[in-house]
Formats: sequence, C-alpha cells, structure tokens
Amino acid sequence: MKNFQLKAKILSQTEIKDNYWYCELSAPQVAKNALSGQFINIRVSDNLDPLLRRPISIHRVSGAKIKIFYEVVGKATEILAQKKKGEYLDIIGPLGNGFEYSRITKKSYKRKNILVAGGMGVAPLVFLAEKIKFNKPLVLIGAREKEQILCSQEFKALGCKVIIATDDGSLGFKGKVTELLKEVLSLNQQASKAENIYACGPQPMLKAVAQISCANNIASQLSLERHMACGFGACLGCVVATKSGYKRVCKDGPVFSGKELTW
Amino acid sequence: MVKQAKPNLSVNIGNLVLHNPVMVASGTFGYAEEFKELMDLKKLGAIVTKTITIKPRPGNLPPRTCETPAGMLNSIGLENPGIGRFIKEKLPFLKKLGIPVIVSIAAEDNPEEFSVLVRQLDKINTVSAIELNISCPNLQKDRLISQDAKETFALVGAIRKLTKKCLITKLSPNVTSVPEIALAAQEAGSDAIALINTLTGMSIDVHKRAPKIGSWVGGLSGPAIRPVAVRMVWEVYNKINIPIIGMGGIMDIESALEFFIAGATAVGVGTANFINPRASLEIISGLEKYCHKNKINSIKKLTGLLLRC
Ligand SMILES: Cc1cc2nc3c(=O)[nH]c(=O)nc-3n(C[C@H](O)[C@H](O)[C@H](O)COP(=O)(O)OP(=O)(O)OC[C@H]3O[C@@H](n4cnc5c(N)ncnc54)[C@H](O)[C@@H]3O)c2cc1C
Ligand SMILES: Cc1cc2nc3c(=O)[nH]c(=O)nc-3n(C[C@H](O)[C@H](O)[C@H](O)COP(=O)(O)O)c2cc1C
Ligand code: FES
Repeated sequence: MKNFQLKAKILSQTEIKDNYWYCELSAPQVAKNALSGQFINIRVSDNLDPLLRRPISIHRVSGAKIKIFYEVVGKATEILAQKKKGEYLDIIGPLGNGFEYSRITKKSYKRKNILVAGGMGVAPLVFLAEKIKFNKPLVLIGAREKEQILCSQEFKALGCKVIIATDDGSLGFKGKVTELLKEVLSLNQQASKAENIYACGPQPMLKAVAQISCANNIASQLSLERHMACGFGACLGCVVATKSGYKRVCKDGPVFSGKELTW
Repeated sequence: MVKQAKPNLSVNIGNLVLHNPVMVASGTFGYAEEFKELMDLKKLGAIVTKTITIKPRPGNLPPRTCETPAGMLNSIGLENPGIGRFIKEKLPFLKKLGIPVIVSIAAEDNPEEFSVLVRQLDKINTVSAIELNISCPNLQKDRLISQDAKETFALVGAIRKLTKKCLITKLSPNVTSVPEIALAAQEAGSDAIALINTLTGMSIDVHKRAPKIGSWVGGLSGPAIRPVAVRMVWEVYNKINIPIIGMGGIMDIESALEFFIAGATAVGVGTANFINPRASLEIISGLEKYCHKNKINSIKKLTGLLLRC
C-alpha cells in the first residue's frame, strides 16, 4: 500500500457543533489511493509538545480532496481546530489496511450489510457507506445523548437506513447501540441474514459487536483505536492481541476481523 | 573566487567507513522497509536494525507507548521475529539498499546468547557491524549488563574474540557513571560506543489512577532527554578514544550538531523518525551546509570542537 508525506493545504475548516469539526484538505496522492477505513497521521505543529503525530480517519474523498471529521479532546486537536483555511498541514497517509467489501456486489440483498458506529466512530464508516451505497446498508448509530449523534444525515443522503440509539433515550432506541444491534438481529428477518457487520467506536462496544456477530454467525470487521507513536508500522507500539500473536493496529489494522481478536 | 570543495562527511567507526555520519537508531526504524515510501533510504549513513534475539519475542503487554512533554515512553519489550526469520525475511531488503547495515542484538536470559548470535551474524556479508544492546530497559530485569563495568568488560571481551566485524556497545544512561562503563567496553575491544539508550521513566493517568503503559515503567526518549544525552556524550568523550555514536532527542540539524561538538563521531536519529521520517536526510544536508559555512572541510574535525563559554 502506498503512502506519502505531504503538506496538505486546508481548503475549509467548519465547526459543525461544539468541538466537532470538518476539515477539507487538498491531498491528491492521498485522495487517489485512499481506501475506506484508512487514516492519515497529522503533525499539528512544529513545536515539541505535542510531539507525536495524531491519527485521524479519512472521512470522505472527492477528487483531489480528502475530508476529516474530528472532535477536540486535547492538546493536538485543539491546535488543529485553530488552523485556518489556506494554511498547510503536514500529513502522512493513507495509512492502515481499510475495510474489506469486495465481495459485496450490486446483486447482494439490500440492507445485508450493517454498519455500527459509536460516537466519533462514524468518521470512517461514512466513507465505507459511500463505497457500498448501492447495497443500501443499515446504519446503527449510538451515543450517550441526542447531541452526540453524528452524521445521521450524511448516511441518509447516501441511501442508508439509519437507526439511532441513545443511552438516555433522548433520541431513538433507549440503550446501547449494541443492544439495538441485538434487537435488530432478532426482530428483523432481513437483518438476521446479514452478511457483514462493520463497526467503529469505543473498545467495549467493539467487543460486544464481535460477540453478537459471532453468536449470529455473521462476519464482523472492527476498526480499532490505539495510541500510536509512528502510525506506519515502525515502532511496534500500537499492538493488539490476536489469535496469531500481537499485530500492529496502524499497519495490520486498524480494521480486524472480530474472529481474529482475542480481547 | 575559488569554489570551496564539498565538505567530506565520511567517518570511520572501527573498520567500517560511513559515507556520512547519520544513522537511524535501533528500534525506531523497524527493518527499514516501513520507511521505503517516505524517504530515500540509500542516502542514510547506516541503518541500525531493531534489536533481535535468538528466539522470536512477542514483546510486552500493551499499551506500549504514551506521549510525555517533548518526549515519549515506550515499553516495546524487544518484540522481534528472532534471528532465523530476521535473516530470511528482513535482511534481503536491507541488502538491496547497499548501505551499511548494523544489526543490534540482545540476550534474553543468558549473556551466552550474544555469542550464539554473533557467530551467526559474523558469517553474513550484508552485516557491516554488530551493536550489542546491553542497555534495554524493557526486559524487566533487575539489572542490565551495562550497569556493571566488570560484566560489560567480560561480555565485550568474549564477543571480541568471535568477530572481526565492527563492534558497537550501546550503553544505558541509567547508571551513576557512564564513562566508567564506556571505558570498560573500550578496554575489552569495542570499536565504538553508542549512547544513550532510553532513560527509565513513568507516567500516570490521574483519571484512571493507573500507569499509562502496560509495564508501568518504560524508556523515555525524544527531545526531553537531549541535555542528559549531550552531557553523557561529552563526559564519555573526555574519557575514551574510540568513536561515539551520539543519540537522544535529535530532531534536526541543530540538535545533531550539539552531539558532534560534544564529542560524537556519528549520530543516531531515533524518535524523530516517527514524527518526521525525513529528519535524518535533513540532518545530512544540514551538516554539509554547516561545514561549508564554517569552513570545516571534514566532519571529523567537528567532533569535540567545543570552546569555552
Ligand atoms: C486509527 C485511528 C483513527 C482515528 N480517527 C479519528 C477521527 O476520525 N476523528 C477523531 O476525532 N478522532 C480520531 N481518532 C482519535 C484521535 O487520534 C485522538 O482523539 C487524538 O489523538 C487526540 O489527540 P489530542 O492531543 O487532542 O488529545 P490528548 O491530549 O492526547 O488526549 C486527550 C484525551 O483523549 C484521549 N485520547 C488520546 N489519543 C487517543 C486515541 N488514539 N484514542 C482514543 N482516545 C485518545 C486521551 O486518553 C485523553 O483522555 C482516531 C484514532 C486512531 C488510532
Ligand atoms: C519505540 C522505541 C523502541 C526502541 N527500541 C530499541 C531497541 O530495540 N534497541 C535499542 O538498542 N534501542 C531501542 N530504542 C532506543 C533508541 O534506539 C534510542 O537509543 C533512544 O530512543 C534515544 O534516542 P531518541 O531520543 O532520538 O529516540 C528504542 C526507542 C524507542 C522510542
Ligand atoms: S504506531 Fe508505530 S507500529 Fe503502529
């Protein structure tokens, strides 16, 4: 897989709600080679603190542009949010393996692919939904409360059916998105025959998705997050335990089959 | 005006001639393949591999890295495929590059393992030099060989008998006196000293009230350790006469120059590779410019060229 280091020009920076930002970058080589589920590693400043790059998923691609969607949670994302249109960002990408969907064809039944997103986990899944939109995937989005439900319009615009879950019941199903997934699989005839479940979100959610998929005999692909020092496979810092030993989330992942992980 | 000749950047480390004095530090460059698309590898002075052991090592419990102010902690725990797979799977790529390959090795339980590894590496042409990593803080040992002058002397002496290849001893900063250990390595026949390995450190997540890395303590690297590293290179330079490969927080040309002036013959770029994969190449061209500007015709002359303040 090809990757590049480049100075990408910021084409737009928009705060869509408190602390959540869209940023469009001009990055022709990255855009051309990007697969859904891959990420870029961003150096937000030349200063020594924060020192390391920060991994952010590729959210969408159009022409020579890539779009990222990020939440301000700490030092680096705060600096990132202060960058203005016209400034340049030092990025490396596209990195990681990406989701596997080559077996999904136009002939596959509708809604036979389920996307499960927790919180910011929507970020890479929108790009995936775009790639398999002909299949009209079913998208389950979960968060603590209504305000934190992200990207539901984007998924709908791509022709996906969206069901929402909130912990406090302020929108949609009341409970965890994984409880919603269980319910959907048991109540919905079509969904129970699903071929693939793709998920991105917090670790406990991914673990539950893996268990549910396994119990229902459905293949799952999970996008993991780990602290990364390099992001391109050199430091061996970001490993996760799998049935065939430790694997690097940045290079062998971030997408792993649920069956492969030992948690 | 007469055009000034290009400064000579080549240096000698034992019987090894480096085209330029900038190498990449062990464990921060994988086996080079990970960087092939991000830079021109052939321009490097040398590549030092991730430390290898006889048997494959799975490495330490994750999480293995965290960021600290101007630095990072790691506890990789020498994850490596073992010498057999290293030779079969990793060495062919390194061979193709045609630049010096320095293989870093370590023992897991018994110093005897160093002899086994050296006997095997000694026979391989692609291996230009061997670096004895007697200073990894992540093996969860009470004490390292490089924390004892007598043990260092015994080990280096035993290995010296086994190979004519250039032998580099990599030292730990986690000691009271590095010069004492460096001297022991020199007397036992080491061709060069590499320093520093990481400083042991710890970082705590106050919300979880838990250590940030799985092995609780790990090795601190990056700009945060640079002043400690420069001081140690200078102290060792004043005590020994074999070349020093200086490292610890080198990020750019200015930080690399500090090490040469303190007494290093060559430098190793570590953590910077993660942040700016081209850092070592920028340092090479920076050295050329610096020498040119200061009318230094050979980089060798810069080593230890420290004036009073
Ligand atoms: C492959 C991958 C893809 C990602 N994609 C996105 C994305 O599309 N959008 C997005 O907003 N974020 C994404 N992240 C998470 C993002 O990298 C972190 O939020 C970011 O590094 C935080 O940096 P900071 O300096 O702002 O926060 P810090 O000051 O470093 O940390 C602030 C808080 O965030 C937590 N944090 C830091 N790094 C991570 C991490 N890697 N994972 C989880 N929590 C973390 C810390 O524990 C701390 O509580 C992704 C992470 C990975 C590994
Ligand atoms: C992630 C990581 C892994 C490392 N692995 C090794 C190793 O396998 N063997 C070794 O001798 N040193 C290892 N080191 C130490 C470096 O080679 C170097 O001595 C140290 O990091 C100081 O340089 P720096 O501050 O430029 O990184 C490692 C350092 C890091 C950050
Ligand atoms: S972050 Fe360095 S190997 Fe994954």
